[in-house]
Amino acid sequence: MKLKPLMIALAAAVCLPALAQSQLTVVNFGGANGAAQKKAYFEAFEKSGAGKILPVEYNGEQAKIKAMVEAKKVTWDVVEVESPDVNRGCDEGLFEKIDWSKVGNKADFQPAAVHECGVGTFIWSTVMAYNADKLKTAPVTWADFWDTKKFPGKRGMRKGARYNLEFALMADGVKTADVYKVLATKEGADRAFKKMTELKSNVQFWEAGAQPPQFLVAGDVVMTTAYNGRIDAAQREGKNLAITWTGGIYDLDYWVMPKGGANKDLAMKFISMASSPDAQAEYARSISYGPTNNKALAKLDPKVLALLPTSPANSKDALQFNIHFWADQGEALEKRFAAWSAQ
Amino acid sequence: MSATASASLPLMPLAADGTTGPALADQLRRVERRKRLRAIALTLPLLIFLAVTFLVPLGALLVRAVENPEVAGTLGRTGQALAGWDRQAAPPDAAYAALLADLSAIPETAQAGVLARRLNTEVSGARSLIMGTYRALPLGTNLSPAEAREKLLAQDARWAELPYWWAIAKNSSRWTPDYLLTSVDLKRDAQGHIVRVGAEEAAFSDILLRTFSISAVVTLVSILLGYPLAFWLATLSERRANLMMILVLLPFWTSVLVRIAAWIVLLQSNGLVNRFLMFAGLTAEPVPLLFNRLGVIIAMVHILLPFMILPLYSVMKSVPANYVRAAVSLGSTPLAAFFRVYVPQTYPGVAAGGLLVFITSIGYYVTPALLGGAADQMLSYYVAQYTNVDVNWGMACALGSVLLMTTLILYAVYRRFAKAELSLG
Repeated sequence: MKLKPLMIALAAAVCLPALAQSQLTVVNFGGANGAAQKKAYFEAFEKSGAGKILPVEYNGEQAKIKAMVEAKKVTWDVVEVESPDVNRGCDEGLFEKIDWSKVGNKADFQPAAVHECGVGTFIWSTVMAYNADKLKTAPVTWADFWDTKKFPGKRGMRKGARYNLEFALMADGVKTADVYKVLATKEGADRAFKKMTELKSNVQFWEAGAQPPQFLVAGDVVMTTAYNGRIDAAQREGKNLAITWTGGIYDLDYWVMPKGGANKDLAMKFISMASSPDAQAEYARSISYGPTNNKALAKLDPKVLALLPTSPANSKDALQFNIHFWADQGEALEKRFAAWSAQ
Repeated sequence: MSATASASLPLMPLAADGTTGPALADQLRRVERRKRLRAIALTLPLLIFLAVTFLVPLGALLVRAVENPEVAGTLGRTGQALAGWDRQAAPPDAAYAALLADLSAIPETAQAGVLARRLNTEVSGARSLIMGTYRALPLGTNLSPAEAREKLLAQDARWAELPYWWAIAKNSSRWTPDYLLTSVDLKRDAQGHIVRVGAEEAAFSDILLRTFSISAVVTLVSILLGYPLAFWLATLSERRANLMMILVLLPFWTSVLVRIAAWIVLLQSNGLVNRFLMFAGLTAEPVPLLFNRLGVIIAMVHILLPFMILPLYSVMKSVPANYVRAAVSLGSTPLAAFFRVYVPQTYPGVAAGGLLVFITSIGYYVTPALLGGAADQMLSYYVAQYTNVDVNWGMACALGSVLLMTTLILYAVYRRFAKAELSLG
């Protein structure tokens, strides 16, 4: 009789690893975007009985993934990363290769979403946003963003060189199509930093995506650069914030699997499920980020479509973020930005 | 040590009488040695703990700041071929052949990726150059050096540009001073001479200076605010002093993040402080208190004040009240008695608190990151940036080493001037 508790303990010891195995750690950026992913992807995945999801939030730092892979102790199964990181991590062997036969037909996806080491999951845009209660006339171009006479007050910008240098060149009259060509030259970079200096005393920098809508609502800034989905989320909460789409920079986020994870098959299953038209359409209904699976577009109302960065009206004068440019020039430009902000 | 010395003293007369002396002395020495070993054994866990959690990571940090294995480990032959190169003419054909051989010998993409990352930190564009060439391999078999050069140039014309070759030649040794040089705004030019970096790249000396100036201001304000408070606490009765001490310690036990979030609510442009200032008619427009130096200093002083008050309080408690009374009874004015008799007796507390606050604030990261603007970030912010975002750990370690060294130097200078031994409690 005394054996009974022992048997239970033994049974638990045998079963627990099995239970743990069907649990998948999925890492994303949290916030409004995390909530939308939970609704569209995590809950659907759990309902299908494939396994439980353990959501983890991070801020895009690749150091943790690198440390895990180098120590061969990978606890993150699926991670959402930004586009420069999918390239870099793939080159440096941090991510598993994607088995596209399990994801779906490559032709159904946006060309940029198909990557050796990642599956593009949504298209987002860094745009100009303002508080429509405070500004009577809407700023239309990046030149307006720089015009502190016409629109007095502080501006929010992301801390760092990325996006800001592109916006500065557009404000200085460079055509959208030529931005990266100009920025690649020494004179172009000088020109961008000179333009940034014009606005410097009026800039309040932000780091987390949740900050720009807070700044606008609190009245700390009159306009700001922001991720379009975060403005959308604030609008859904009844805040009268507005977006100017002209000269926005759009980009993709990707699902990747850090190399050496224990649940590779389940991770692949999650990615393929989260890339299905139904799940992506459900996601786009909760937050205005564009699906990468073209078949999802057919499932959306015109009203939802009009809010996405991919809609014809919104993408008319938009710039695609250039991963290759930033992979080569990023480090030098970010260092110059640090020096510039210290001066 | 003192136990050994006192125990060996009575030995002298015994040893002098000649017979039993040496044997007894030997025995005693053995006992002493056993005692000492036991004492060491008792402290061993602590020593091991210190070594594992403190000395080893610190050593690893210092090593990583000068380690440079990426290029030396993959492009060894190229480094040799470039050894005699004058850095002005085009690199020799043999270097092209060696490069091709080295790249072909890299077994995994991951290693090429690490090489590309390392070289890209030296020359923008090296990443795509290396990865593009590596992906295009093989370019041919049994190539002569001249053919290898031609094939590489056909693959990417940038292989004719000298800066990429300079970067390879410069990094072909296993150790490098470059990270450390960069963290004090110096660099090695193509010829290997140490020169200052251009004005638009120079960042770190400003940042280091800023780190120390913010810490100095925080320390000074903490002394000015903490001293009267600690003095008042020291004059209160035990019960009331304990009650007040809880008020000092309560924020001390609250999470730093929570306190910073509270400061954001208080200091923002329509926050409580600004609303009060405008209500009182002191200002018409909201005063910018957040995302600038002022906000950082306010919050840091608030967080670090207990570190000032506690050592001050403990020193003030031990200052006898009758010295001041004696000074006054001998004809000094109360104010002069306070400054000339009381204050000098509290110097150890001021020094201990000041050092504690200063050294703690040098490493501050979260507070400036959340409450400061781009021009208020301290050195730790850039260490974090290089560790997490740029994943350039050599640079992060070099910045960390610079911070460590300057702190040690400051501490040594401080010890020189404040001759007395410190009491930190």
